[in-house]
Amino acid sequence: METVLRGRSSEVRIDSQGPVVMIGEKINPTGQKKLTEALKEDNYGYVKELAERQLEHGAHVLDINVGVPGLDEVALLPRIVKRIVSDFDVPLCLDSGNPEALAAGLKEVSGKPLVNSVNGEHDRLEAVLPLVKDRQAAVIGLTMDEQGIPTDPERRLAIAEKILNRAVQLGIPKQDVVIDTLVLTVGADQNAAKVTLRTIELVRERLGVNINLGASNVSFGLPDRQTINQAFMALAIGAGANCMITDPVKLARSILACDLILGRDPYGKRYIVSTRKRLA
Amino acid sequence: MDILKQMAEAVIAGDAEHCVSLAKQAMENNLDPVEVIQQGFSKGMDTVGGKFESGEMFLPEMMQAAEAMKGGVAVLKPAIESTGSGSLTEFGKAVLATIQGDMHDIGKNIVKLLLSTSGFEIIDLGKDVKVAVIIDKAEEIHADVIGVSALMTTTMGYMPELIQELQELGIKEELPVMVGGAPVTEEWAKEIGADGYAKDAVGAVRTAKGLAKK
Repeated sequence: METVLRGRSSEVRIDSQGPVVMIGEKINPTGQKKLTEALKEDNYGYVKELAERQLEHGAHVLDINVGVPGLDEVALLPRIVKRIVSDFDVPLCLDSGNPEALAAGLKEVSGKPLVNSVNGEHDRLEAVLPLVKDRQAAVIGLTMDEQGIPTDPERRLAIAEKILNRAVQLGIPKQDVVIDTLVLTVGADQNAAKVTLRTIELVRERLGVNINLGASNVSFGLPDRQTINQAFMALAIGAGANCMITDPVKLARSILACDLILGRDPYGKRYIVSTRKRLA
Repeated sequence: MDILKQMAEAVIAGDAEHCVSLAKQAMENNLDPVEVIQQGFSKGMDTVGGKFESGEMFLPEMMQAAEAMKGGVAVLKPAIESTGSGSLTEFGKAVLATIQGDMHDIGKNIVKLLLSTSGFEIIDLGKDVKVAVIIDKAEEIHADVIGVSALMTTTMGYMPELIQELQELGIKEELPVMVGGAPVTEEWAKEIGADGYAKDAVGAVRTAKGLAKK
């Protein structure tokens, strides 16, 4: 199963047999004071800096979220997208809870973007999937719905199935739906990640679509988060996740190591080149 | 070590069994259950809260400590209720909810756990709770504080709505609102006219106590 994303002229393939695709998560103001301020002051320079740093560290795709309370996201998202598109030839992942902002952002983006996200909620599906279809984009489907995030893997699978079915009904190709199995922190519930890992296996087996994960939530509230994030990512990748929304500055190297270990990095080339770059 | 100190230590260690056995021991010795809780278990929880804030203890440890304390308190509760010798909810009633449109309730549940060990009676309305439902409940039970959380920038917008609605109904003074959640900042809380803000559950206990006293 292959999900193709495109920038202006670049192309990234999320391939169930291939290496993990990294989506840089840092352009997201939630909990980030400096970016929040930058967006309020219309200081694009800092946004650009975040983009550059993530690409240097191996991000294949950039997530763009500009949701700051009090700012007009419908105007801001397309403005930032336009500038990123003119500076970087990389596929974008437009990230917003506001369908109007997504629609506005999609007008400015080149190539084939990823839309982040829909979930199993009826209203959300009906508001966002038509935008995805019209723009011929790909979309991330979160395994949660009106009832919240199920603690039962079978129920998360059922939501994934519902999203996939609705997308296909609307004419979005199956391969353009990437399922995000969601992970909550093991700091609050020590079984939280186990549920996610099992969901990954189920989605892989039964639906065969590509699987995305945000790998930073899992360690919230715990010391030395990096160690937990790395361990979780390795297990998730082993279970079948092949797209990660994460901080490439911190986690790109572990992801490359996973690819190497799973036989997806011939002659260890990607891992070695990245190591040299880091040592240089 | 005296029993009160042992109770505090058992909470800090998150040792639920020990909390239960110490509570039983306190009953056998005819100690005043309310005092035992306040001078024993609660002191332990205070220490845990302080260590959490200074980064010496972590979320699961704090949750374990709170659960352990709840186990001990459950043993003492019947005695308090039958004798009417005092109250475990001296700070009154807190109505908690994750705001309309938002399904993320882990943070709210941790706040609930901590508030329930800190002298509050909790009325938990759950997640994705409509503004009107929160207000109706808070009014009906004469809540001492309302706590709402949001984890998404898209659902945060219901927080100012809640506050405006309270203002329009002329009951804002009686029903103080505290807000929290990942995208919520202290600055924004002030901007929307919230009475309190906390960045984590320990802060929420402090904020709630301050608001309920008023």
